[in-house]
Parts: sequence; C-alpha cells; structure tokens
Amino acid sequence: MADTTEFELVSPDRLLISEPVEMVVVPGVEGDFGVLPRHAPMLSTVRPGVIDIHEGGQVKTRLFVAGGFAEVTEDRCTILAEEALRLDEVTAETARERLQSARDDLAEAEDNPSRARATKAVSVAEALVAAASG
Amino acid sequence: MPSLKDLRNRISSVKSTKKITSAMKMVAASRLRKAQEAAESSRPFAERMNRMLGTLAGSVVGLPGAPPLLAGTGSDRRHLIVVVTSNRGLCGALNSNTARNARALIRELQADGKEVKVLCVGRKGRDQLKRDHQNLIIDTIEDFGRRTVTYAEAEAVAERVLDMFDADAFDVCTLIYNRFRSAISQVVTRQQLIPFPVPESANDNEAAADDGPRAIYEFEPSEEDILADLLPLNVKTQIFRAMTENYASEQGARMTAMDNASRNAGEMIDDLTLQYNRTRQAMITKELIEIISGADAL
Repeated sequence: MADTTEFELVSPDRLLISEPVEMVVVPGVEGDFGVLPRHAPMLSTVRPGVIDIHEGGQVKTRLFVAGGFAEVTEDRCTILAEEALRLDEVTAETARERLQSARDDLAEAEDNPSRARATKAVSVAEALVAAASG
Repeated sequence: MPSLKDLRNRISSVKSTKKITSAMKMVAASRLRKAQEAAESSRPFAERMNRMLGTLAGSVVGLPGAPPLLAGTGSDRRHLIVVVTSNRGLCGALNSNTARNARALIRELQADGKEVKVLCVGRKGRDQLKRDHQNLIIDTIEDFGRRTVTYAEAEAVAERVLDMFDADAFDVCTLIYNRFRSAISQVVTRQQLIPFPVPESANDNEAAADDGPRAIYEFEPSEEDILADLLPLNVKTQIFRAMTENYASEQGARMTAMDNASRNAGEMIDDLTLQYNRTRQAMITKELIEIISGADAL
C-alpha cells in the first residue's frame, strides 16, 4: 500500500470525507496544488472549484467546494469548505438552475452588502456549472 | 363538593390537554433526533476552525495591524450580547435559564460601567428580557428554525453582527446559548465571539504534540489575507453552531417538559376519576337512605 495522507473535508453542517488518500488536488486561490504525504505545512484559501482525490494514478472521487480554507501538514490535509457537494450528486441541469437564480438575485440586489453576496453566489454557481458539465 | 357534571367536564378537559402534551412530546422527540445529528455534525467544523485559527492567531496576534476581529478595537467599553433562544415556548425552563444568565451578564457589565446592547435571536429571549432591559435590545431576529436551523439563517445573523462591528457599534461580542448535552440536560454557555479569544497555548497546541517542534506554515496568499477571510467565517460558524445546539436543546427540553406534563395530567385524571366515583357512590347511598327511611316512616 502506498503512502497516504489523512484527508478531511468538512462543511458547516457535516463531515463529508475523512479518509486516508494517496494524493488530493485542491483548487487554491493562487492555483491548484496537489497534496502528497509529507507535504510542507501550509495554509491556503480555496477558490470555488473541484477537489480531485487520486488513487493509483487515477481520479477516484471529485468534489465541489464553494470556497473555504485548506490546512496542510505533513500527515494531514483538512479543508474547511463553506459548502461542499459530491460531484456525482449534481447534474448540469441543477447547476444551471442555481446559476440562473443567483443571477436573478444579483439583478434584484439593491444595497452593497447584498450585491456583494449575490456576486459571490454567482461566481460559485458559475464554477459549479463548469464543474458539472466538464 | 363539586357536582358530578363539573367533575366530568374537568376530567374531559384534562384528558384533551394530555392528548396535546403527549402529541407535542412525540413531535419534539422526532425532531430531537434530527436536531441532535445536526448539532453533532456542526461540531467537527467548529473544532477544526478553532485549531486552524489558533495556529494562525498565535503568529499574528500582537503584531501591529492585526485585524480588529482578532485583536479587538483596543477598548472593551461597549458590549454586544447575542442571546440565542427559541421562538416557541413550552420547553421547560430552557429560555428562562438563558434569560437569567443574560440578565446576570448585563448587570455585571453595567456595574463595571460598560455600555451594553442586546441582540435577540429568538422571540422568547426578547419577551423575557424586554421587561427589564427594553431599551438595550436593538433588534430581534426570529425568522429561523421552522424545521431545522440552516446555515443560511445563521449566516444572516452573522452578517448582522459583522455589519455592526464594521460600523464600529461595539467592541466586544458575547454569545449566550444552550449547549446540548442530552435530552434532559442543557448547559447555558457564554462564548466570546469578537475579538477571537486566542487560546493560551496557541503557540504550542496539539499540532506540535504529534510531530515534535511546531510546524512552520507557509501561507498562500499572505497571513493577513487568509485571516481577513477566515475570521468572518469563524463568526458565522460559531453562530451557526450556537443556533443548532440551541435548537437541539430546545427540542430536548420540550420533550422532557411535555413528558412531565403528560405524566402530571395522567395523575390528575386518576385523582379526578377517583373523586368522581366516590361522589357518585355517595349520591347513590344518599338516595337509598332517603328511600329506605321514607319506606320506614310509612
């Protein structure tokens, strides 16, 4: 058995995954990065995008995160996501619906804070559409 | 001595009360299971968040230019208390305990000459606090927890708090809620939300325990940027956690209270039925005596 690192993906309402993995690719805010065992400790912001869990050189699981934070240590990789979904639970259809409603919200937003929220929701939905159809 | 008709009416009214309370107990029990799961699954996130923040805060705290959410505004004169209670009653002493704790905190702070404001989350907290502290309550948020507490609802509360903090409306924020321990035990908990309480051992926490010397983290982007995003998220998660825990507590407390109420109603029905039968028996005896003594007289 190859070397593994302890991978955890947590969203506010549940612990999605907690298992040893061989490699995981995380969409960092300054570019994707792969985490292997004995990675140098780091903290990074995560942009909306897809996390790939690799096993035996193949992508085993794909997960969508709507932004969050990653903490990497030598033997562990923890991702705190504001929202996380298994990609096989999402269809291109629902993703597009979500993008549509996010855009509607943006169009209706009146004050600055709600516009900022809506803009963020739109970019999350766009990333989800890209992930679901790609 | 109440008449037979009065007794019959009372028995039937207690019976229907019992039906209601035992139905409420069932509902609370089934919601409790879900709420408990939700409360427990919100814990890992909050814990890991704390660990991550502890790591970060340890290296940033004390530096000039640390974000005010972490380092505070440099004063502790104005306090905001966020009181999390339920929207509905009939859940025993749950909300009274929270309100009592909140009142004690308000008195303490005022005795120290601090300025106190209260943000109520949940209708019952406002109802109880407005008697003494009407003028301190800025607002009540009661639009949550119809079925369960969602993250979006907690986010709305957090945005409210953060907006007020950005507008420089307070220096310190404390959260009061009921931590769920079991269906019969809920613990009123106070938690300081803003500024983030840096754990004493932030510099040598358990991350260091497993792999010897404390790991030196790389930050991507910079520490300040990560903190600026992480701190508001932390406020949201802590509020979300408080609200889910409080919701679970509410269901647990209601289940216990309604169980007691059903049992009391059952006892009362037994007592009343006994009294009813005795009264009926007494009347029959009395009528018999009257008939017999009437027959004797002839």
